[in-house]
Amino acid sequence: MLIAIGSLTIMGIVLGGLLGVAARFLAVEENPLEEELKELLPGSQCGQCGYVGCSQYAAALAKGEAPITLCPPGGKVVIEALAKKLGVTADLSEHEEKGPEHAFIVEDLCIGCTRCIRECSTDAIMGANKLMHTIIVDACHGCSKCVPVCPTDAIVMVPVRVTLRNWHWPKPEIEQTHSEPKVGHAH
Amino acid sequence: MSIATISKSGPFAHGFNSVQKTMFTVLLALVPATAFNLYLFGWPAILLFTVTVGACVAVEAGCLMLADRPVRATLADYSAVLTGWLLAMSLPPWAPWWVGVLAAVFAIALAKHAFGGIGQNVFNPAMVGRTVLLVSFPVAMTAWVMPHPLFSSGAPGLAEAIAITFGGHMPDTVSAASALGYIKTELSRGIPVTQSMAQVPDLMDMARGYRAGSLGETSAILILAGGLFLMAKRVISWHIPLSVMGGLFLIAAIFHAVDSAHFASGTFHLVSGATFLGAFFIATDYVTSPVSKKGQIIFGLGCGALIWLIRNFAGYPEGVAFAVLLMNGLAPIIDQYTRPRAFGRNSKGEPLQLEKP
Amino acid sequence: MKLFPIRGGIHPDYRKEQTSEKAIVVMPMPAALYIPLQQHIGAPADVLVAEGDLVKKGQMIARNQGTVSASQHAPTSGRIRTVTEVTAPHPSGLPQTTIILEPDGKDEWADLPEPIADPFSADTHTINDRVAQSGIVGMGGAAFPSAIKLNLGEQKKLEILLLNGAECEPYLTCDDRVMREYPDEIIDGARIMAHALGTPRVVIGIEQNKPQAIEIMTKAASAFPEIKVVAVPVQYPMGSERHLVQAITGRETPARKLTADLGIVVHNVSTTRAVHHAIRFGRPLIARVVTVSGGAIREPNNVLTPIGARVADLVEFCGGFSARPESVVNGGPMMGQPLPSLEVPVVKGTSGILALTAEEINDRPTSACIRCGSCVTVCPCGLSPVDMAAFVRKDNLEGAAKLGVMDCFSCGSCSWVCPSHIPLVHYFNYAKGVLNDLERESRKNERIKTLAEVRVIRIEKATEAKRAALAARKPASDATPPSNSGEAKAATEEKANA
Repeated sequence: MLIAIGSLTIMGIVLGGLLGVAARFLAVEENPLEEELKELLPGSQCGQCGYVGCSQYAAALAKGEAPITLCPPGGKVVIEALAKKLGVTADLSEHEEKGPEHAFIVEDLCIGCTRCIRECSTDAIMGANKLMHTIIVDACHGCSKCVPVCPTDAIVMVPVRVTLRNWHWPKPEIEQTHSEPKVGHAH
Repeated sequence: MSIATISKSGPFAHGFNSVQKTMFTVLLALVPATAFNLYLFGWPAILLFTVTVGACVAVEAGCLMLADRPVRATLADYSAVLTGWLLAMSLPPWAPWWVGVLAAVFAIALAKHAFGGIGQNVFNPAMVGRTVLLVSFPVAMTAWVMPHPLFSSGAPGLAEAIAITFGGHMPDTVSAASALGYIKTELSRGIPVTQSMAQVPDLMDMARGYRAGSLGETSAILILAGGLFLMAKRVISWHIPLSVMGGLFLIAAIFHAVDSAHFASGTFHLVSGATFLGAFFIATDYVTSPVSKKGQIIFGLGCGALIWLIRNFAGYPEGVAFAVLLMNGLAPIIDQYTRPRAFGRNSKGEPLQLEKP
Repeated sequence: MKLFPIRGGIHPDYRKEQTSEKAIVVMPMPAALYIPLQQHIGAPADVLVAEGDLVKKGQMIARNQGTVSASQHAPTSGRIRTVTEVTAPHPSGLPQTTIILEPDGKDEWADLPEPIADPFSADTHTINDRVAQSGIVGMGGAAFPSAIKLNLGEQKKLEILLLNGAECEPYLTCDDRVMREYPDEIIDGARIMAHALGTPRVVIGIEQNKPQAIEIMTKAASAFPEIKVVAVPVQYPMGSERHLVQAITGRETPARKLTADLGIVVHNVSTTRAVHHAIRFGRPLIARVVTVSGGAIREPNNVLTPIGARVADLVEFCGGFSARPESVVNGGPMMGQPLPSLEVPVVKGTSGILALTAEEINDRPTSACIRCGSCVTVCPCGLSPVDMAAFVRKDNLEGAAKLGVMDCFSCGSCSWVCPSHIPLVHYFNYAKGVLNDLERESRKNERIKTLAEVRVIRIEKATEAKRAALAARKPASDATPPSNSGEAKAATEEKANA
């Protein structure tokens, strides 16, 4: 009995000591997290997260002050990248994936005032003074910053169309005879 | 004309295999050995067999009801029947009824449904049932008898059998040790294997089944036939059975050659105990063995080596159940490290280099 | 010839006897043809006609645009009814731009390009231009523009032109029939293609379950020592490009590379015949042989179908349905795509139209995986479908990608063999779709970031320039900061944007 207690105690002390030493000598230099997080964000400074720009949001993320689900243009990809970087699990249940959107200019309403052009941070709007504007869909990442500045409400956000090129099979719905428990997880 | 809405992608052709068919084929393969052994061990064995299989099905139904899953459809896949069948074949044939029932509860409720039901269990349910009982009730689980074929003189009639199975009236006179147990006991008394081997039935008799042991242990030849049938039906491949037997034979033969006083021969190890049952029916359980062929060979060799180790150095004379359970625990890891090489990639998953033409 | 084994695979019920002895019949011209601008991999063609135009048979009605694309031609003479959106022959049921042609019944040919008199002295460009001009795409099902594949000879040293006559999909017999009825056209097309590619050898791979085709092709090829017909084992998916190459040459195409990197170009036998027509007669690809089969078809047949004929008309031509089909499939049962309706056109990649009954499909409700490992054994790509599907089910697509889900080409062997009837391929199709989406999205995010950075730099530069100009104009007010009013800034930006 005594031998067992004794040997376990000694093992505990030795192993604990080893862990302590390892933590000190094998420690990984702290990453410049903020910079890395900034890299992951779209970088268009759209401000939809509530911060002034992507750098500020990255700073808040690094301090752990902001949730990772605030970036609508980045979508699920960015959330997952942030989650991985920060080592947190992405709670996507709260996050309602709207699906990608892009801005669309109702050409009948556009008066060619160029206000939206000035607002766009990715140069996705083409047009000039007194001429009709149009959106380059490929360059628009759906930040919707141009929508409120339009004096004639000519800009609307529309979902990116599903076409033959980007359609894919949905997740299979399984008609099961058995196996899956209705609640909880097997593992 | 409208077509049904598209809910599934291809393929629009499917083979005729099913879980139910697979399990049924395994049951079919067990029939000859079971029938012969039930005949050898008479009414008590038949009663215990019925009780065990029935208990497994009942426990399965209960668990399914508790989990709120379809009962009838799941029972129809025969997996509970198969577990009960294998379990019954691993128990002493004259064991009392509660041994079968208790083993069934551990096998189905603990080893299978606590893990999430069919396909989710880590350990072979029948072997969990057997080992829990063996560890908890060693006396009842090692009360072997010599064969008393039905209707032969001295064989218990139905009434006697009911007394044995349900009344716990085990006649003292009939108990016998299995060959493995006998050798182990003798060895512990200092009698070398070479000498004690003379007392056990000769290997041919053992292979035919005229010896003490559980239902699945005795008639090795019929079990072997069932196993070959499964291979012919392509339900199992040669990888696991051959590597289990090969591993066991090889290691036993080597040690026998080195020190025949302490170690029995490879052939003895093959035909004694539950080697064949384990190699063809227990270790090959789909759910608890690796999926890749390479993994199956590693798994089988591990089982073979562990069987030999346990038989020779552990406290129990027979080690098939323990060996399989230990390797079951390793199966997921084996699977992870023995994934096949993908087309056009090396074993690390990197694209192959273009060879210079 | 020594053959090499390929991994895994299955032996499904081939059911080719329903149509294998039926000679190719010509489908009469239907009341309208629906010719989609995109029937191929790549960019849709540019429409050249408008409502009311009269076109002749073989006239180009949509021109290829961009690097990967293919032209479309009028399959017969007639009037363009309209150019509009029509449901595509695609499981999504989404519409695509389609030219609707009303045949006039005269079937008058347009002025076709001159035949290339001696193709074997013509240069690669002449041949490739003609193939591109003729709208030829791979007719085995993938529909990749053939001219691009014929250009490979300019970039790489090629050794073998491999003609794929394996036709490993159950039911399909169109390639079998074409080989049996037009062997010389195939051989001629193959020689022309080999000349364009600069390959010294031509190998024609045919599965052993087509003995007549093997015999006829061998006879037709006997005059040409560089052409060899090889009977390959019956093993699905032998017709997969990479696997056929492995079976015949023993060489394994590295992941993310093409068989052309090994010096081997693979073309379907029917494609070869189309090339023959384009070079020798100037005829574009306007019709193809389609196998119409399956338990629900009253008179299964091999039908020479004009491109753009509706599936409904084709089925009608084959006697209609004798039973209610569970699925109508475009292509073979293993890798074909289910059709959303019968009101969709036959396109250049349509090798078969199968109306399958529930018994033929033999799908059953999914039950739990028992880890039998059959899917691992049969996977011709050496993947572990059981583990990949488990990851996909829990939406761990990254995990599935690590196990190689993107290497899966959806041959369907795993789903076919699965005793629990788990829709494995459907899981992988879904995973591949989402992973492609994510890839596209992250590429877009990269682009957006660059755009935003470029804009910031440009604005900074403009502000700097303005500041400098201001300083130059008013040296007295040097100390005051440059004007920062909204108006000025906007003006700067406007200039920058102009």
